[in-house]
Amino acid sequence: MTQSDTWRPSASLEMIRARAEMLGRIRKFFSQIGVLEVETPICSHFATTDPAIESFATRYTGPVAAQGTDFYLHTSPEFPMKRLLAAGSGAIYQICKVFRNGELGRRHNPEFTLLEWYRPGFDHFQLMDELAGLINRLIDIPLQVEQLTYAEAFKQILALDPHTATIENLRCCAIEQGVPGADVLNLTSRDGWLDLLLSQLLEPQLGKSGMTFIYDYPVSQAALARVREGDPPVAERFELYLSGVELANGFHELTDGHEQLQRFKADNRCRQQSQQSLMPMDESLIEALDAGMPSCSGVALGLDRLLMVLTGNDDIRQVLAFDISRA
Amino acid sequence: MASYSTNEFKGGLKFMMDGDPCSIIENEFVKPGKGQAFNRVKIRNLKTGRVLEKTFKSGESVEAADVHETDMQYLYSDGEFWHFMDPESFEQVSADKAAVAENAKWLKEQANCMVTLWNGSPIIIEPPKFVVLNVTDTDPGLKGDTSGSGGKPATLETGAVVRVPLFVQIGEAIKVDTRSGEYVSRAKED
Repeated sequence: MTQSDTWRPSASLEMIRARAEMLGRIRKFFSQIGVLEVETPICSHFATTDPAIESFATRYTGPVAAQGTDFYLHTSPEFPMKRLLAAGSGAIYQICKVFRNGELGRRHNPEFTLLEWYRPGFDHFQLMDELAGLINRLIDIPLQVEQLTYAEAFKQILALDPHTATIENLRCCAIEQGVPGADVLNLTSRDGWLDLLLSQLLEPQLGKSGMTFIYDYPVSQAALARVREGDPPVAERFELYLSGVELANGFHELTDGHEQLQRFKADNRCRQQSQQSLMPMDESLIEALDAGMPSCSGVALGLDRLLMVLTGNDDIRQVLAFDISRA
Repeated sequence: MASYSTNEFKGGLKFMMDGDPCSIIENEFVKPGKGQAFNRVKIRNLKTGRVLEKTFKSGESVEAADVHETDMQYLYSDGEFWHFMDPESFEQVSADKAAVAENAKWLKEQANCMVTLWNGSPIIIEPPKFVVLNVTDTDPGLKGDTSGSGGKPATLETGAVVRVPLFVQIGEAIKVDTRSGEYVSRAKED
């Protein structure tokens, strides 16, 4: 494309109409099942501590903050939505733009659209069913749904137990399966190797003939999911894959404020070790959990990627009115 | 030594890998929503020409390669080396067999070539996209055949052998596409 064309949209007008149609159907779906649409702040005093997610920082200066105060653009509306749940909102959903620094590629734009919703009283299985139901409402021919535990997916595709494999096992598997450059890759954690295998070898195989849910993650990847004791203990977390693309991530949510605080602190220790900046932990979330958040499940679905997959496109720019280079 | 982080990766970036200069053909950012980010890149080894793939942990750095391309004039070959001259500085460099490789057969004295230099030494020689060369040998006996289907082999002054139409005769100059090695047309000698 020539220089003079950069004012034009990245997506076709047809795609922009398809997005509007999709958003309309989603709102109708939630209205019919009685889930309330909400809006929460994009700009927050707090930020995610997740070492794998980087927030954009900005600054407010003016009344109340003459010298200026730091704010962060949210990477997901999770924390304030949980505060609404603790305040008694009942089932809620939100469609909003979120921001993640450092993520740009065929499936990533630093600013993208999430649909996130929470269902008090649901476990992660009930929410997986509802998510599958929503997606089938957006398309003409319903898709088959497959559910695999994280361990089953690794065993079926790589003949490997992700809960017991050592770093050396994982590394050997990556080399044997031909992940280019795996022999010299400097990954120091089991999770780093699991992420490599998942993203390079499993993901392309998932969701080929319908929707594939992966659930019950290693405890080390619990993020904000509750942990179910057992042998091995697992995190009640799930992801949805369609046509080899990761579309959604959900949790049977952690409701224990003390445990949440420990995870925030552990995240920041991890950040310190890898020389990432420490992030301000969301104290309001901890207080809300301490006050009592109902047992619930929640999920975040990437709408740009969903639109990409449903329309058969393989570049996120094709579904964005203006991608970051034109923003 | 200068280095590049994976955030600087893009097509054409030159860096060192396993002791050889390489050029990025394609770079793909891969990241699980809540996990480690990777850059999966397709790379050309500039010394061997081989294309390979490699996975980097995002945020890692690689050593920059001192590689640049420059227009140079081909002077002559002494059998072991091919000598080139920078038309502005008159500086000369000599390329070995590995750098010239298959392209030796297109090199005619005074041709303008694209020379890729690594630490000042040539590693890739690209001939002009089109060259005009004289036919030094071809079978003259096929004149009557007008089917024009297969053509015939012709040996050119540089030693290259190309398929030419049957009407092309010894002593004529022809234009050849060096990328495909195919005959384009007859050429008028200047």
